[in-house]
Amino acid sequence: MSSRDTILLKARMNQPAAAPHPGTGGDWQRFEDPVRQFQETLEAVGGRLAICESRADAAAALEDHPQREQFGKIVSHCPEVMAGNFDGAAVARPHELADVDLAVLPGEFGVAENAAVWVTDGGLPHRSLYFITQHLCLTLKYTTHPADALVHNLAEAYERIGLEGTGFGLFISGPSKTADIEQSLVIGAHGPRSLTVVMLPRQEPGNR
Amino acid sequence: MSAKRLPHPQLAKIFTANDQRAHWHDQALWFVRAKRDRQAASVPEWETLRERASQIKTHCLSRLSDYLAEFEENAQRLGATVHWARDAAEHNQIVLDIIQGHGATKVVKSKSMLTEECHLNPFLAEQGVEVVDTDLGERIVQFRGEPPSHIVLPAIHIKKEEVGAVFHEKLGTTAGSADPQYLTQAARKHLREMFLGAEVGVSGVNFAIAETGGIVLCTNEGNADLGVSLPPVHIACMGIEKLIPRAADLGVFLRLLARSATGQPITAYTSHFHGPQKGGELHIVLVDNGRSELLGSQTYRQSLKCIRCGACLNTCPVYRRSGGHSYQAAIPGPIGSTLSPSHDARAHYSLPYACSLCGSCTDVCPVKIDLHHQLLAWRREVSAKKILPWWKRAGMSLLSGLLRRTWLYNAAGRAARLSVPWTPRALIYNPLNVWGRAREIPSTPHRSFRQMYRKRMRAKSKPTRTGQNT
Repeated sequence: MSSRDTILLKARMNQPAAAPHPGTGGDWQRFEDPVRQFQETLEAVGGRLAICESRADAAAALEDHPQREQFGKIVSHCPEVMAGNFDGAAVARPHELADVDLAVLPGEFGVAENAAVWVTDGGLPHRSLYFITQHLCLTLKYTTHPADALVHNLAEAYERIGLEGTGFGLFISGPSKTADIEQSLVIGAHGPRSLTVVMLPRQEPGNR
Repeated sequence: MSAKRLPHPQLAKIFTANDQRAHWHDQALWFVRAKRDRQAASVPEWETLRERASQIKTHCLSRLSDYLAEFEENAQRLGATVHWARDAAEHNQIVLDIIQGHGATKVVKSKSMLTEECHLNPFLAEQGVEVVDTDLGERIVQFRGEPPSHIVLPAIHIKKEEVGAVFHEKLGTTAGSADPQYLTQAARKHLREMFLGAEVGVSGVNFAIAETGGIVLCTNEGNADLGVSLPPVHIACMGIEKLIPRAADLGVFLRLLARSATGQPITAYTSHFHGPQKGGELHIVLVDNGRSELLGSQTYRQSLKCIRCGACLNTCPVYRRSGGHSYQAAIPGPIGSTLSPSHDARAHYSLPYACSLCGSCTDVCPVKIDLHHQLLAWRREVSAKKILPWWKRAGMSLLSGLLRRTWLYNAAGRAARLSVPWTPRALIYNPLNVWGRAREIPSTPHRSFRQMYRKRMRAKSKPTRTGQNT
């Protein structure tokens, strides 16, 4: 008998009496001001938030970044925040992205409780861009109010994500970090050394 | 596999010989436990989530074979290759075959307790494959030639000066430098080269979703993601208990995992892999290695619910004061002390005793495993199987004989009260009195508790002058 069949048979023989799935619905945590919750949590995990009311605001969002002068090679899928100067799709191997300083990529929505932003590799040439870049900026577009771009908690997030057909999707909450040396927090372990989330209107306020 | 190991107390003694370090270790873990408490308190439905998580796991285990088959079918539909391994040896061979099938020799690996359990690294090294652990803590212990001492914080037992010393030797950092920022940046530079040069990436799995055929990985450093997105081949190794039924269940487990583990609201990266990346391969190795057997045990099957957060280690007074290496097991602490004897009771007989039965592990467990009850059950089993050393068994049967006879117990107590104050110190604190090694025996009272109680009751039953008019 194959290992597969042996394991399945043994599991079938030994599994306990059927117990029901309790469901995942519930009266889960919601916030009076989800944007504030998102911002406070993001800052607590080492990220920054820029809430922009117009395209002009968005274009200035990264200008006061503490490492602004290090942004040499930029891959951008969100030119309204910062123009790119390198096309990630131009390289065949993701390894050639190792010297990217900044990636500006679209996020789909944020989660207030833990400052996570949901992203996928749908529009990306290489999924490693999220991790290999030295600095990362994610955008969240809202329709009328920044809170439109957020859900309150992870339960709501999974209601919104259809994982079927995503290929690769992830929650990013803050920059890469480690505390493996004596519990001292160090930002920038292997991935991005900083994370900026820029919330901006989907359309210019005048054009709504 | 019944290799002769030193029992936990002897190994713990080595750790506690350095009193200052033992205290430092204790404090470092208590700090993490306190962070966990703050996060747990910030979620009003925390207890509901724990209950829900526990029920989902119970449900999943009750239909494990169906969910495994469903997961396999969906994962294959997405283009992943699913492998099945009955035991550690088969798992290691599968991984080796995939690596050699690509003519590869350079492998980067992110944290996976399963590969620790299977001793994958030494096996691959023997076959000429270079495996680089990419989690910073794991890289530190790998450089030092040690196993991890904690499942989430692999290098929690190591001081920054020691990290500085090993990095100076291996990575050429400045001698004497122990700044965590500087050392982490040196590791970043070194490991970037490893990521870019790797041909295969190996990872663990935090959750596998039956309904979608996807796997989920949670890290803070981003090492797992770099390691499996740069090389074209990704091998994900998981125990069969890592399964969850639906994607929506993640909305329960992920709210508990990082909060319980390190006191964070969520890890920096929570990656969902559904099928291989463009032009790449995804291999998922499903490993049994005793799990389907454990599933049949009514007493111990709950330990299969574990999501490897490490909260029970951080809170355990014994773990904090004896260090992870004193357990001599891939998984230390309370959860390891129940999992290890189920693999090999003879080799790990002392672990269920590395416990004060305080129950703190059970209180913090995000999936509500009855950890301290399991450890108590193991003690019964270990003792019934006559695995304990003869002197311990003899001592216990002597004590049990004493405690079962009231008259004997009373007589022994009286004898002790009379004799102990007059017995020379050297006779009491002799090598046979293990308890007296680190402690003073309390001063002997004149009367036993029963005598004092009886006297008190007698006094109470006599009406007092002041009490008469009430």
